[in-house]
Amino acid sequence: MSEPRALCGSSDQPSATGGVRTFRSPVSPARRRAFTETLAAWALAGPAVFFLFVLFFMPVIGVFVIALTDWQFGARSLSFVGLANFREVFADVGFRASVVNTVVYVLIVVPGTVVFGLLIALLIESGKSCRSFYRAIHFLPFMATLTAMAIAWEALLHPTIGLVNQTLAAIGLPTANWLRDENTALPVLAVIGIWQNLGYAMVLFLAGLKSIPQDLYDAADVDGADLWLDRLRTVTLPMLGPVSMFVVIVVALRAFECFDTVKVLTQGGPGHATDVLLYTLYRESFEYLRTGYGAAVAVVFLVIVVTLTLVQTRVMDRKVHYQ
Amino acid sequence: MASVSIDSIRKNYGPTSVLRGVSLSIADGEFLTLLGPSGCGKSTLLRILAGLEVQDAGSVSIGERAVDGLRPKRRDVAMVFQSYALYPHMTVASNMTLPLRMRRLSAFQRLPLLGRLLPGTARIAAEIDVEVTRTAKSLGIGHLLARKPGQLSGGQRQRVAVGRAMVRHPAVFLMDEPLSNLDAKLRVQMRAEIKELHQRLGVTFVYVTHDQAEAMTLSDCVAVMLDGELLQVAPPQDIYADPDDRRVAEFIGSPKINMLDGVVRERDLIDVAGSTLTIEADALAGAHLTLGIRPEAFHLVDHGGQGALTGSVRMIEHMGSDLFVHLDLAGVDHPLIARLLAERAPHIAPGQTLHVGVRPDRVLLFARNGRRLRREVETGRASVRPIREIAR
Amino acid sequence: MSLTTSANRLSPPAAILRHAVLLVAGALILVPFVWMVSLSIKPPGEIFRASFSFWPAQFYGVENYTKALTQAPLPRYMGNGLIVCALILALQVLVCAPCAYALAKLRFPGRDLLFGMVLIGLLLPHQVLSLPLFILGYQLGILNTYAALVFPYVVSPFGIFLFRQFFKTVPDDLVHAARLDGLSEIAIVWKIMVPMALPAVIAFSIFSVVSHWNDLFWPLIAVRDQSLMPPPLGIMAFKNEEAGNDYGPLMAASTLVVLPLVIAFLAAQKWFVEGITGGAVKQ
Repeated sequence: MSEPRALCGSSDQPSATGGVRTFRSPVSPARRRAFTETLAAWALAGPAVFFLFVLFFMPVIGVFVIALTDWQFGARSLSFVGLANFREVFADVGFRASVVNTVVYVLIVVPGTVVFGLLIALLIESGKSCRSFYRAIHFLPFMATLTAMAIAWEALLHPTIGLVNQTLAAIGLPTANWLRDENTALPVLAVIGIWQNLGYAMVLFLAGLKSIPQDLYDAADVDGADLWLDRLRTVTLPMLGPVSMFVVIVVALRAFECFDTVKVLTQGGPGHATDVLLYTLYRESFEYLRTGYGAAVAVVFLVIVVTLTLVQTRVMDRKVHYQ
Repeated sequence: MASVSIDSIRKNYGPTSVLRGVSLSIADGEFLTLLGPSGCGKSTLLRILAGLEVQDAGSVSIGERAVDGLRPKRRDVAMVFQSYALYPHMTVASNMTLPLRMRRLSAFQRLPLLGRLLPGTARIAAEIDVEVTRTAKSLGIGHLLARKPGQLSGGQRQRVAVGRAMVRHPAVFLMDEPLSNLDAKLRVQMRAEIKELHQRLGVTFVYVTHDQAEAMTLSDCVAVMLDGELLQVAPPQDIYADPDDRRVAEFIGSPKINMLDGVVRERDLIDVAGSTLTIEADALAGAHLTLGIRPEAFHLVDHGGQGALTGSVRMIEHMGSDLFVHLDLAGVDHPLIARLLAERAPHIAPGQTLHVGVRPDRVLLFARNGRRLRREVETGRASVRPIREIAR
Repeated sequence: MSLTTSANRLSPPAAILRHAVLLVAGALILVPFVWMVSLSIKPPGEIFRASFSFWPAQFYGVENYTKALTQAPLPRYMGNGLIVCALILALQVLVCAPCAYALAKLRFPGRDLLFGMVLIGLLLPHQVLSLPLFILGYQLGILNTYAALVFPYVVSPFGIFLFRQFFKTVPDDLVHAARLDGLSEIAIVWKIMVPMALPAVIAFSIFSVVSHWNDLFWPLIAVRDQSLMPPPLGIMAFKNEEAGNDYGPLMAASTLVVLPLVIAFLAAQKWFVEGITGGAVKQ
């Protein structure tokens, strides 16, 4: 194979050198073409570049600047204070509680969402009938405005007239004031998180399932892996591997960005029981106007999210190598 | 090892009928090719043989045993898929051991960690490894066992797929267009390897392809399918030279066989395209026939007249040793293609009038309904009815 | 137990099991929606007399929905949501499509750098930028206006990325042919690329509208006036005013806020699923 290619290469050589000679003149037509193309490109991309700078890059730099200085709203001057804001943030019991809460929330939401999403997706894909009907039902919470649905959940969880406590009382189980109890508030928010994101995970898994070639199932059949569990183990789950990693990270990212339910239902309470990172960021920056503190929290949040996204990119790359 | 018999298989997908009552019997150790254009139902038939699809009617037996209700696993068949269908997350070794593990180890023994602790697992697993290594070596892929399919070339993947089918020593090998994903050069090489494999193993092969060359070179027997029906089952040389049906004649051979409408003038004489050929038609005068003449059955002659066709040259294709000459004949709307030896026909130009002679024994006669009309003298088959009856 | 026959179809008991599990799971998923609608048509007395029934003894829907529409400026909220989403989407397509075309089809120095910028933009969670964007809005004097709700989203790195991927699949020859036909580069963007990448435009539109219709975080920061609030913020304000005691109208308002997207989703399920999963690249 390599020999003919070498021959082809050598036959190309003379024409290539001949081509170079014609490009010697100072402003060749090709140069001019390239110049107009560059001009056109930057003109087309100009607005986007401008807004990317003003709305993304300057603000990011801004967050770091605010986090490293003592600047306050309305202040005319600022001075560099190093890591003082970060020291304050990490020394704060409230912030530490917020980090712990966020991690707990993520650790409940991610496995719950991924496992249920996968189960529902496997069940939907295992038969032919009513596929889009079931998909629609399970995807609905992801579409619905979470702020409004949080209000519906509040009614559902109402200590006296809520359906949850009524049901529990009817079958003789203990009831609780779900959103006002330090022990239950965060898990309940996590359940709402699972409820909301499950359909999203399901849809991603469905796409993954659809991309498994039927040939592999046929091969498994002929090879003798024809029981449901064997097929699952030989073909389905391994082939879903990369998608699953992707879903885990995407859901984790969404869980880290939990805000609406906290704002509507608990405002971080009772105590600090449901204080999560984004809510802390919002409250410190915009309610207490502690800009330095808020910016430091934003930097911490940024680091977490960027790390997760980079891991996700790595996973996506690996998926490409899989085939 | 086993013979295969297929009896009036029917299969519909909704309103479309994919197989319309296909019957076929394959001898033990035979290499049978299902040949047909895409969409003719050949792959469906193979999948029904494997048990991947269930027929709507009819039955399949493998080695005298009806396998209709049986899952693929219990049919003692192995299959090589067009896409190879190798498990991308497993090494070559795991791909090849899987069919043996599924058969020889119980569900408990196959459990991820616990299985290894059960009695017998280690011994059986070791045996399987030995067999897989032996098979891999025999296919020349012994050094690839630790790799994953993604790291292999097309030809290597093909060998792994064959190896995965081979390790189980199945009674029947099913192959679904296994060479279609390879480049032309590799395809020829793998074709030879498959033929050799069949000779070495001596088991029954059922091979699906749309490629005539593969069918012709590999098979003991070719089954030509079209529109869900089996048109002819015969050795490759007969499929080419002695087709039962007009559609078979037209599907096989490149360039395509020439089909000319003719009328029987009297015994031995047929009027065709403004000329008369001397062919023993054995049909009643006035009967309409179609003459199938392969391009290579023509030769140049100096004069027109009885026994020769005359036309004007429309186009010439130079193929090296041969010329394909396209001739416009009077009263025929599509050109006739004659394959002539280049050295015998040195100066032909478009527009020129040309006379070509036909060897009468190379002319195939077809009735209007497409059925082949055989001359009584040349056929020993009892099934062929006298031409006189059919051509009426 | 084997769940499948050799034709890969479920055996009857397995099929029944599948439907049973999916129906139960689906019912549980729908409980909050059902409860919301149920409360929205019940009179206060019935709401506080705990019961399981979905349908009220006395139908109070008209009163609740009237109250939701009149007591709170709900139509105003919805209108705001519509205006803001439409403005954001229009600006995003206007800014992103030409940039994506340049990245996909033109060769120029700095292209890789620009694409790198877009990828970094994709990485950044928007909430992190809220503090500086708030300050920027303050300096421009546009806080508490529609402009405040719109300006952070004028450019979408995800939009640029998605359009670029689609534009790359358009054959180069088509661009060359358009140039030979005398189309300018900007005309190529709007007359050739965008129409050809219509599926991507639709997917992105759905992604964009759904995200901004449902967004609470930024509106909370950007506007104070009730008359400017988009639906999520508006309904939160409504809830706080009512102190969460007048459940009927509150649930009616929630139902009305959720309804447009739910209807749109049910009408064009396939597009929504594609648009949102396509958004997975970003999220």
